Amino acid sequence: MFVARSIAADHRDLIHDVSFDFHGRRMATCSSDQSVKVWDKSENGDWHCTASWKTHSGSVWRVTWAHPEFGQVLVSCSFDRTAAVWEEIVGESNDKLRGQSHWVKRTTLVDSRTSVTDVKFAPKHMGLMLATCSADGVVRIYEAPDVMNLSQWSLQHEISCKLSCSCISWNPSSSRAHSPMIAVGSDDNSPNILAKVQIYEYNENTRKYAKAEALMTVTDPVHDIAFAPNLGRSFHILAVATKDVRIFTLKPLRKELTSSGGLTKFEIHIVAQFDNHNSQVWRVSWNITGTVLASSGDDGCVRLWKANYMDNWKCTGILKGNGSPVNGSSQQGIFNASLGSANTSLQNSLNGSSASRKQS
Amino acid sequence: MEEPDTEPPLVVVPGADPSARQLCFAWGPAEVLVCETRFGRADAGEGAPGSSRVFVVRRDQDIYIQTLRKLFNESHGIFMGLQRSEEELAGKSRKAQLVQVSKNYRSVIRACMEDMHQAAVSTRDPALQGQYSTQVSILSAMELIWNLCEILFVEAAAAGLLLLRLLDWVRLHVCDVDSMVREVLSSENPSKHKLFWNVVDVFVLQGRMDEARHLLSKEVTANPTSMNMYKILDDLMKKMPMPSLGNTQTLTELELKWQHWHEECQRFLQDGTFASNPHMESICKILVGDEDAILEKKELMTTWYHFLVTRLLYSHPTVKPMELRFYAQSSMDLFLGGESSPEPLDMILMAAFEFEMHQVIKECSIVLSNWWFVAHLTDLLDHCKLLQSHNLYFGSNMREFLLLEYASGLFSHHSLWQLGVDYFDHCPEFGRVYLELHIERIPLNTEQKALKVLRICEQRQMHEQVRSICKIMAMKALRNNRLGSALSWSIRAKDAAFATLISDRFLKDYCERGCFSDLDLIDNLGPSMLLSDRLTFLGKYREFHRLYGEKRFPEAARLLLTLMTAHIAPCSFWMTLLTDALPLLEQKEIIFSAEQTYELMRCLEDLTAGNVDKQKFQEDDVETTKVEMLRLALARNLARVIVKEGTVEGS
Repeated sequence: MFVARSIAADHRDLIHDVSFDFHGRRMATCSSDQSVKVWDKSENGDWHCTASWKTHSGSVWRVTWAHPEFGQVLVSCSFDRTAAVWEEIVGESNDKLRGQSHWVKRTTLVDSRTSVTDVKFAPKHMGLMLATCSADGVVRIYEAPDVMNLSQWSLQHEISCKLSCSCISWNPSSSRAHSPMIAVGSDDNSPNILAKVQIYEYNENTRKYAKAEALMTVTDPVHDIAFAPNLGRSFHILAVATKDVRIFTLKPLRKELTSSGGLTKFEIHIVAQFDNHNSQVWRVSWNITGTVLASSGDDGCVRLWKANYMDNWKCTGILKGNGSPVNGSSQQGIFNASLGSANTSLQNSLNGSSASRKQS
Repeated sequence: MEEPDTEPPLVVVPGADPSARQLCFAWGPAEVLVCETRFGRADAGEGAPGSSRVFVVRRDQDIYIQTLRKLFNESHGIFMGLQRSEEELAGKSRKAQLVQVSKNYRSVIRACMEDMHQAAVSTRDPALQGQYSTQVSILSAMELIWNLCEILFVEAAAAGLLLLRLLDWVRLHVCDVDSMVREVLSSENPSKHKLFWNVVDVFVLQGRMDEARHLLSKEVTANPTSMNMYKILDDLMKKMPMPSLGNTQTLTELELKWQHWHEECQRFLQDGTFASNPHMESICKILVGDEDAILEKKELMTTWYHFLVTRLLYSHPTVKPMELRFYAQSSMDLFLGGESSPEPLDMILMAAFEFEMHQVIKECSIVLSNWWFVAHLTDLLDHCKLLQSHNLYFGSNMREFLLLEYASGLFSHHSLWQLGVDYFDHCPEFGRVYLELHIERIPLNTEQKALKVLRICEQRQMHEQVRSICKIMAMKALRNNRLGSALSWSIRAKDAAFATLISDRFLKDYCERGCFSDLDLIDNLGPSMLLSDRLTFLGKYREFHRLYGEKRFPEAARLLLTLMTAHIAPCSFWMTLLTDALPLLEQKEIIFSAEQTYELMRCLEDLTAGNVDKQKFQEDDVETTKVEMLRLALARNLARVIVKEGTVEGS
């Protein structure tokens, strides 16, 4: 059974991103109204807005949480060509009573010349590091060497992708066998057959990120991209949101000990392709064990994809609005998925008095 | 094996309008956040009107229902017992053990059903009542399926015993007729009750011969004219050969006896013995296994599987397990008669009769909304070594797959997650990594919960998770200025860098306020003091203060000196240490020896000699005064001590 409840977000314009913190007890929303809101979940499961503040001078595209090992830290990116790092300050007891908290800006990253379209923190084993990507086709990787001083960030790498970038994803694998890796998606619209997904890998020898792969089969604009959490697999799984949903596996081949200095070559397979949205797919995201992928598209639905124990991918659920107007700010409804109606038939079978059985 | 092609379930999010908006979303441990947006807008926003809502979609509602928690808890105990059970037992005793486990699971289901039923009866909220009643039906169906699986797969009842078990199964689960039976039996004059013959028929259909005969005797007392017919029928029913539990006859013997008896019944029927009493005649027809006669009593059997068992009882009581499938399919067809189509439950039972274990599990997975049933049943079947014997390479993977799903679901609950840990432990391939991923995400609201989680991680040598959790707690404490807590967490995390940082904060606090906070903690650091130099210094410095407080001046002095000469103290702190030495230098009693005094002086010179410091000392009056005072005190002490050490002690 599913329960869907709505919360009035009170943003004055469209919400572009919503993000859970690591433990799922806080969330952040960002909007075209240039602000970010932070919500906390109380013991009884209600969500309360505990902070709301103006973050940029343009639409805020994405907001994401750092790992709680670094404290309560958010980063946001915006049309105003900047990304900003925010830290929560434990406030006065008055604020605590009123259930409010304060967030202060620790730094603004101003290197981009165009709208910053995505920002993601690197896996925690790499330290406090984040990557941004911009419409000008540049991916920038920043690091805060002193995790206790969030105002000092240095630009460590600038990767020129040559195509306007829309999304990035860090490979979450913390295995020593895998070098840091970042996938970049491009929504470049001009007619060409350039690969719209590029994979960059960190090279220990040159101490730089170099392009390891480009997914040549993805030539339509890419809107979102996501590496799956790694459950001890030797290969990587990457989901791509483009004109359909695609799932790729990347199997590292033996590192060549050539003069190019050990860039991994990958064997790439596409393990699933779904066009059920029948339209552009805008977001893809994995659950924490990397066993379920969610995607959302222009058809207004969110679809859930899961592989069974034979590694066959299937759609296991659809979330869809019903367009009905909502009264009041919080409403609880219990919706039986068709699983629920199957339960009813199970019940009927048991009593032998199903509606479908005619009495003679 | 074909995957059943079912439509994926649709969850409706009220209020979200698919024509105007798309949905962006975020995964949480127990929920999915969905919010309306519009994708593909590269510009600065057109100020679209704010129907800005966030939807929280939560699954696994089952977990939150109070009574199912008991099911989860108790079945966990049975599961663990099974995993640890004696594998060395072989053959019959192992089978008996597994059957017992199966019975335990079923009794837990039944107990849960009882509780749910009570809850349904006692609540006044109609919605809640409906919910409870639904759950009771689902549990009932689960027990029905499990019971059948126990008979066919776990116990693997052979011909003879098989029929007895199936009869028990039917008697236990077809309850619709119970109230009717009770009504007739409790009436003053049962044989006059209009439903009398229905009840007799029920007993006959269920093979309850003694009870049928008993009722019939009442009828004939009231109606003596049918005495002859009654005597014959009663005799037939008494003599009916049944498989026995005691192994006193072989199957062949039984078959022979049964053939004889069957022929005898036929003869009486053909002779028209019961022609004048249609009720008795129909009973005799049932006894000879006349399908049409049995089918006429459809309403009393209510289900096709009851029909199946009755058919077997009266036409083939020595049926072998592998022959069931033919009878099952034809029974279902005959019973439904093309008027209605099979329901999911029917398909599951059919798959069981056909010994298609994987099909049973698959269908159950689809129909039931949580993984509890399939996970535990599959695990049991795996222990019976049944999944492997089906020669499917993913046999053991399926067990693990289902257990992982079930356990993952438990982690979204604030206390049931602890059960999930044990399940992951018994998934050899992916259990550990799943546990690592899930346990990190448990919200650490209280210290106790954090400690509980930590203990679990430590028991399993999950060092990275231990470190991470401690670091998160330390960070949280530090942000809330609870230095003591932060320090103990970073010690537990073995995080030297963080421990250094917090020690610095302690020292800074001391310099500002002149006293330490969290003395207990610092006093009892023990060997963990060695985690970081700064921490060691903090511990030793506090020790110095203690010694001083206890007036153990020579020890204190020695310690103080060591702190500087062994470079345990950071240079930034030397001034403070030297200042601490002042009261010791000015004691009436001489505490520092000559050598020690020379050392102190050297330290002071080292301190003031450094270029940077020199500037500081020159500019800062207070600092200069301090230095001068120190020099003076050191010189005086030196003077005194030289004299003292030069003096020969009088004898």
